Amino acid sequence: MQRTTREEGFRAKEDRLKTLLMRGLAGENVAYQAFLTELSAHLRAFLRRRLIHLPDEVEDLVQEALLAVHNQRHTYDPGQPLSAWVQAIARYKLIDLLRRRAVHETLNDPLDEAMEVFSSSDTEAAEARRDLNKLLADLPEQQRLPIVHTKLEGLSVKETADLTGMSESAIKVGVHRGLKALALKIRGFL
Amino acid sequence: MKTDDLISMLATGDSGVTGPGAGSRYAMAVGLGAMAATVMLLLILPLRGDLLQALWLPMYWVKIGFVASLAGASLCAVLRLSRPGANLDGITLLVSLPVLVIWAIAAYSLINADPVERSRLFFGDTWMVCPLLIALLSLPIYLAIFRVMKDMAPTRPRAAGFAAGLLSGAIAATVYCLHCPEMGAPFIGFWYLLGMLVPAVIGAWQGNTRLRW
Repeated sequence: MQRTTREEGFRAKEDRLKTLLMRGLAGENVAYQAFLTELSAHLRAFLRRRLIHLPDEVEDLVQEALLAVHNQRHTYDPGQPLSAWVQAIARYKLIDLLRRRAVHETLNDPLDEAMEVFSSSDTEAAEARRDLNKLLADLPEQQRLPIVHTKLEGLSVKETADLTGMSESAIKVGVHRGLKALALKIRGFL
Repeated sequence: MKTDDLISMLATGDSGVTGPGAGSRYAMAVGLGAMAATVMLLLILPLRGDLLQALWLPMYWVKIGFVASLAGASLCAVLRLSRPGANLDGITLLVSLPVLVIWAIAAYSLINADPVERSRLFFGDTWMVCPLLIALLSLPIYLAIFRVMKDMAPTRPRAAGFAAGLLSGAIAATVYCLHCPEMGAPFIGFWYLLGMLVPAVIGAWQGNTRLRW
């Protein structure tokens, strides 16, 4: 009986987050922000449990995973459980971090059920050690300016185009490429 | 930057997703790549002289069936390996199935052949160039598919690169059937497969570095 209620809880959460994401992918920024906020709490709890020996890395990895979710959001298939997609991204980034740090810890969770990533949540954000603002400042102008104007200052694509003299499509491409470059910079590849 | 600030940043501006989905982007890459490979083939090789008669022979269609079904199976693998968390059950079996079938046909034809004919069934006339030509024709297809895959999110980059390479090899082999005079199942089950595995192995190797995100 208890188990049924827990499973119903997961399902309800999965459905709600999925609705928020789908609305976000259709261009509703408020829903998308709610999705990312709730997701970040789940990612934090998920990653904190797996980085017991590296607690300082948790918040950086939460940010890295959020950026990955955003950059790869076009790979989500609505026919697929959202938890499986999110968990695969979080695990990929976790393993990537451990590889990078050459920490060969065995990932000892063979019973990783797909719904687990939504089973706990942690809204206590610690201070991230890596400052994304600094990495952002290192991006080339044609990527940095579109991100700063449209995503930090909240200008429209048209306003940014007028301000910078770039074309509107160059602004869109700049944001897209810039956020991908940011993810590569985090991994130390750019 | 605080996590909440990052979230606000990501959710500001154009956060919606537009443009064609993974399926149509791969279809486009395969189509353009196959056209480029066909042009390459027409420039460097003649069509097989008896192409029109060959269309009536069952073995010609067994050959086409083998490479085309391998292309279909690897396209399926490519699509699933491009998405985080997609179900990969049975994907290895699906890709191996066409190979197992052609091997069974090859074994049957070798067993039933006259012993002096067996080496001819295996080596044909063109075993020295066939794998190389298939690998060469796969190049434009390989580049087009990898370009799309780089924009996807494979969580198993080596396997994804292998599947992408195998797909380009299988499409190249299908195009190569326009030229290739060989009709022996043992030949096809070995030399064709070898040619398709060249881009697949290169893909696995490149995927490990180029497909990480």
